[in-house]
Amino acid sequence: MSFKQALCAATAMTLVTASGALAENLVIATVNNGDMIRMQGLTQDFTDKTGHTVEWVTLEENVLRQRVTTDIAAKGGSFDIMTIGMYETPIWGANGWLVSLDDLSADYDADDILPAMRAGLSHDGTLYAAPFYGESSMIMYRTDLMEQAGLEMPEAPTWQFIREAAAAMTDRDNDINGICLRGKAGWGEGGAFITVTANSFGARWFDEDWNAQFDQPEWADALNFFVGMMEESGPAGYATNGFNENLSLFQQGKCGMWIDATVAASFVTNPDDSTVADKVGFALAPNSEGVDKKANWLWAWALAVPAGTQKEAAAKEFIEWATSKDYIELVAENEGWANVPPGARTSLYENPNYQAVPFAQKTLDSILAADPNNPTVKPVPYVGVQFVAIPEFAGIATEVSQEFSAVYAGQQTVDEALAKAQALTNDAMEAAGYR
Amino acid sequence: MARAVTQQRKIINTTAAWGIGLLIFFPILWTVLTSFKTEATAIADPPVFLAFDWTLENYSAVMERSNYARFLWNSIIIAGGSTILGIIVAVPAAWSMAFVPSKRTKDILLWMLSTKMLPAVGVLYPIYLICIKLGILDSRGALVVILMLMNLPIIVWMLYTYFKEIPGEILEAARMDGATLKEEILYVLTPMAIPGIASTLLLNFILAWNEAFWTLNLTAANAAPLTAFIASYSSPEGLFFAKLSAASTMAIAPILILGWFSQKQLVSGLTFGAVK
Repeated sequence: MSFKQALCAATAMTLVTASGALAENLVIATVNNGDMIRMQGLTQDFTDKTGHTVEWVTLEENVLRQRVTTDIAAKGGSFDIMTIGMYETPIWGANGWLVSLDDLSADYDADDILPAMRAGLSHDGTLYAAPFYGESSMIMYRTDLMEQAGLEMPEAPTWQFIREAAAAMTDRDNDINGICLRGKAGWGEGGAFITVTANSFGARWFDEDWNAQFDQPEWADALNFFVGMMEESGPAGYATNGFNENLSLFQQGKCGMWIDATVAASFVTNPDDSTVADKVGFALAPNSEGVDKKANWLWAWALAVPAGTQKEAAAKEFIEWATSKDYIELVAENEGWANVPPGARTSLYENPNYQAVPFAQKTLDSILAADPNNPTVKPVPYVGVQFVAIPEFAGIATEVSQEFSAVYAGQQTVDEALAKAQALTNDAMEAAGYR
Repeated sequence: MARAVTQQRKIINTTAAWGIGLLIFFPILWTVLTSFKTEATAIADPPVFLAFDWTLENYSAVMERSNYARFLWNSIIIAGGSTILGIIVAVPAAWSMAFVPSKRTKDILLWMLSTKMLPAVGVLYPIYLICIKLGILDSRGALVVILMLMNLPIIVWMLYTYFKEIPGEILEAARMDGATLKEEILYVLTPMAIPGIASTLLLNFILAWNEAFWTLNLTAANAAPLTAFIASYSSPEGLFFAKLSAASTMAIAPILILGWFSQKQLVSGLTFGAVK
């Protein structure tokens, strides 16, 4: 081998070694939903651009929450990137468990993130998680049934109209329920829904001194209204219905209206899965007459980097790729505009291609109508619309929602459930040192 | 006294047994059927039993998305490793309690069983921290040891029951012929207890295969077995029942086949000593 050849070989080996050293293998924990699975299918684009490879750990939402919480609290280091929600982000950010994302590149255009999402994923003004997709809740309704009932859905209806319309659309003989809503126990299931419903009746979880407010008339109004309407026009056994159960009912044409996550809009309008895909209209979530808060939540699945990871730079590169404008274009190119991750970036809603999607504007309007810093009519000491961003909330709200589900199942009265909710919440808050 | 069994009674008993058997098997059958449906058919109301367009698209989607072979291999190593390790530890323990009992043997057996009454989540955090400190988080080795420890009380109890059925005089005779303790256990006791050991192995392999709490909480990308594979297809926000059913079918198929082929040993081992 000549000296020149040896030199070339040495240079090549150095380059290979160097590129190998720079390329990282990222382990990402994520949830199983359509948008996340789509991202997994497009990961090669990220590898082609950066050389980094990705390993996915996909888990069911509740399993994932338990798994990543254990890992980050124990500093296990199992994951380089975690998919977390709007509930965990400010709490974990305050604990110093997450890496700040304020230093993402200028090309990333962090200012394009929808302000409500940015606020919900920040703590003390520092962004700790980048939204992959965001959602609110809105009304999805059958245009044909509404027409048959001789009614017209307003852009922003009241609960009183919804109840009237639900009764008019109900046709028990043909197995059509006027309205389908979540009643399943769990803070993220029925608990989330009844909380935003209560917000829209002027209720709140806590006063400024962290005293539970279930003994106030607004909670009784909200819960009595909900139970009354569901008994008149809801499906049998709604106490055990969550998102999936209602999605199934709506797709089979058994619901006149469904108020739930905005991401459901793409499911119910997909002709492959839905029998009513061409008969669905959208409207903003309702509020009670005279109350200036709507029953819509705000949520985001976001990507965050746990503090202490050895691969912070590569992890941030991935987050920039997955939550970028270019990624949205990539999904649109491969899967169509209706399937791009919604609710994260302002520019998406300015794109004429996306504006043509039937539920795009209502999704944006719903997201903009939710304010996590000012979620209720009366002042509150917490952040969060359908949750209270304190570590104790998940446990308390799960118990409270179990009491409410017992009402839906006919096992106790509204007054009994509210009294139990009041007592258990105050006890838990006292034990945690809030009161 | 022998009891005459009439033909009519036989028919009733057989029908009832088949009915109960089918009832128990129905969820598995339904899972398998759903795995061949489209997502829309999977949620159809009224449910469709057999008259649907059968498709393999769910299996193809699952195979495309997940590395099934890696999950399967991890399951085999974890379930197999923990079972074999458990037997190695439990045989001497059960021998000593069956043949050289002390006045505290019953208490020890009950204490061992009582450890199964502790909810696993109660020790999750300490075990998680130990795994981090030892650098064995997300490793198959850690799960082999933990699942072995979790199943050890059952293994010891089962072996103890089988060993108690073996006459102590045979072991005494072996000792008188000059057998050492090792020879006594290996060449005298073990061959006589093979049906019991085989059924213990099988049952614990099944328990370890299906164990979901530790295998989900202590693994990430490297050591995740088929339980994590199934969990990756469950979703509270989106209807993926057909794909979930395909993943479940793929996860239970190996153990179902193993159980089918070894059912004779399993049943004879489980009923060993039940009727004297």
